[in-house]
Amino acid sequence: MSEQAVRLERGSHYDLDNLATFIAWSGFIVVVLIFVWILGEILVNGISVISWEFLTESPGNAGRSGGILPILVSTGVIVFICLAFALPMGVATAVYLNEYTLKDSRFAKFINISIDVLAAIPSIIYGLFGFVFFNNVLGFGFSLLSGGLTLACMVLPFVIRASIDGLKAVPDAYRESSTALAMSKSASLFYVIIPSAMPGIIAGFLLGIGRALAETAALLFTSGYVDRMPSGVMDSGRALSIHVYDLAMNVSGGDANAYGSAFVLIVVLLVVNSMAIYIGNKIQRRQLR
Amino acid sequence: MTLSKNSTSYPSIADSVLKWLLVAVGGLSIVIMMLITVFIFTESISAFKIIDIERFFFDERWNPTAGEFYMLPMLVGSLLLMAGSIAIAVPLAVLVAVFNNFYAPKVLSVACRRLVEILAGIPSVVYGLWGLVTLVPMIIMIQSPGTSLLAGIIVLAIMIFPTITILIDSAIRSLPKHYIEASVAIGLKRWSTIISVVLPALRKSIFAGSILGAARAIGETMAVLMVCGNVVQLPDSVFEPMRALTSNIALEMAYAMELHRSSLFVSALLLLCIVFVMMFGKEMILRDKNHV
Repeated sequence: MSEQAVRLERGSHYDLDNLATFIAWSGFIVVVLIFVWILGEILVNGISVISWEFLTESPGNAGRSGGILPILVSTGVIVFICLAFALPMGVATAVYLNEYTLKDSRFAKFINISIDVLAAIPSIIYGLFGFVFFNNVLGFGFSLLSGGLTLACMVLPFVIRASIDGLKAVPDAYRESSTALAMSKSASLFYVIIPSAMPGIIAGFLLGIGRALAETAALLFTSGYVDRMPSGVMDSGRALSIHVYDLAMNVSGGDANAYGSAFVLIVVLLVVNSMAIYIGNKIQRRQLR
Repeated sequence: MTLSKNSTSYPSIADSVLKWLLVAVGGLSIVIMMLITVFIFTESISAFKIIDIERFFFDERWNPTAGEFYMLPMLVGSLLLMAGSIAIAVPLAVLVAVFNNFYAPKVLSVACRRLVEILAGIPSVVYGLWGLVTLVPMIIMIQSPGTSLLAGIIVLAIMIFPTITILIDSAIRSLPKHYIEASVAIGLKRWSTIISVVLPALRKSIFAGSILGAARAIGETMAVLMVCGNVVQLPDSVFEPMRALTSNIALEMAYAMELHRSSLFVSALLLLCIVFVMMFGKEMILRDKNHV
């Protein structure tokens, strides 16, 4: 991966160079320390709480005792709703930008600018927007639906970008051959181009799940705080990240279960993110070839 | 590519339906962007109709239910958090990226990249939990109350440096090989090469990374909310508690009514403006094509 063609020679007779080597290594040591300190603390404190009961019981006593089953269910529903909207929208936008328009068309430029803007907007502003638009204007109230839709708006730019990367990795020969075979544009999209762009689309899907799981601020006023089992998508429910926040900040004596919930959150995220990184690297390698 | 686009010989009905469907969906991101800005603007304007703008800077205190709207401390607090965390995170990120490319044995550079990628994916609420349970008690040992500007700066710096590192790292890897080859050819040692060839060539990427980090720092809510103490005041020292613009929205939105509610949208508007100005500045400076 690091294809630094020329290994730089070490100038050991210069004191300055030795000092520099020391400083560079200290940067690495800081990274390792931060990593071990933060993850170690969460994992060590979290794993002692994890048990079958913790995963399958309802929280009791404001979350101090009991488990996190309803919270896992709410989180799952929110992430599902989020991706059910963001993924098709993201892939369609990416297909439009990469397969239908020229880069300098005005509409495409405008879409690209709005994607950049959406990616830069802080999550709390998405929360505010979701609260006004989905909760009040559309009348969904505090519900899993409005939480999921708010997150869908938030992860959309990331899904679009990953899908575009996937589409760019499809060689032009594929497009030319399908045209030469007199396939219609839609047939060539559905049978040739989108299937070959699958790695990028899957990376975008995983990236979206990761973003949605990690998000807290955008859910504060959209999906709400209620920690019982949600009865449907219009019911309010508490996401895992909000559970961690609430236990740590508002519930004295909730630290143990906060660590337990953070542990679950991190383990799921690690799996999802490393899959996304793995697939992303694979695409990059294919493009280089 | 140009040729194969729009070059179907027999456009069917399905094709044109699909095309217009894609146009409609593609336009949705524009619609979402418009909706967000319009909502924030209209709600803020209803506040500006009643409250003079200067009152956000010169009122006695922040007590919106009693008609006092002193928002300046939160704006200053957010900017301090941003400046402090960038001052720590950017040098660290440059150091780690340089280590990965010029000092690390191959195994370690791969390992280090993995660690940084994992750190970049940890949710902010977990950093907040760590800050609250571990960092704040450590700061209390120096000076109470522990929840402070300093805690916020440290947690934010740890949160944003992985993203900046990844960006600078990939910029170093895409540097033209002949830069380094030429520098070795004229006999520069490793450190001199980095200082006088690599870093100058990277200055735009470092700048772009800093902007990216700064935008994340100023928009971050949960971690800051958990470790900063949330007292509305201009902090005299880094050990004093303070409240950021983002935390202000998160803390008060749930029960805010009417004018109070509109004033929270003014917080959001300030945030949006800061982020947009930073993005615009980045675009302006990166517009020059001769960068890596």
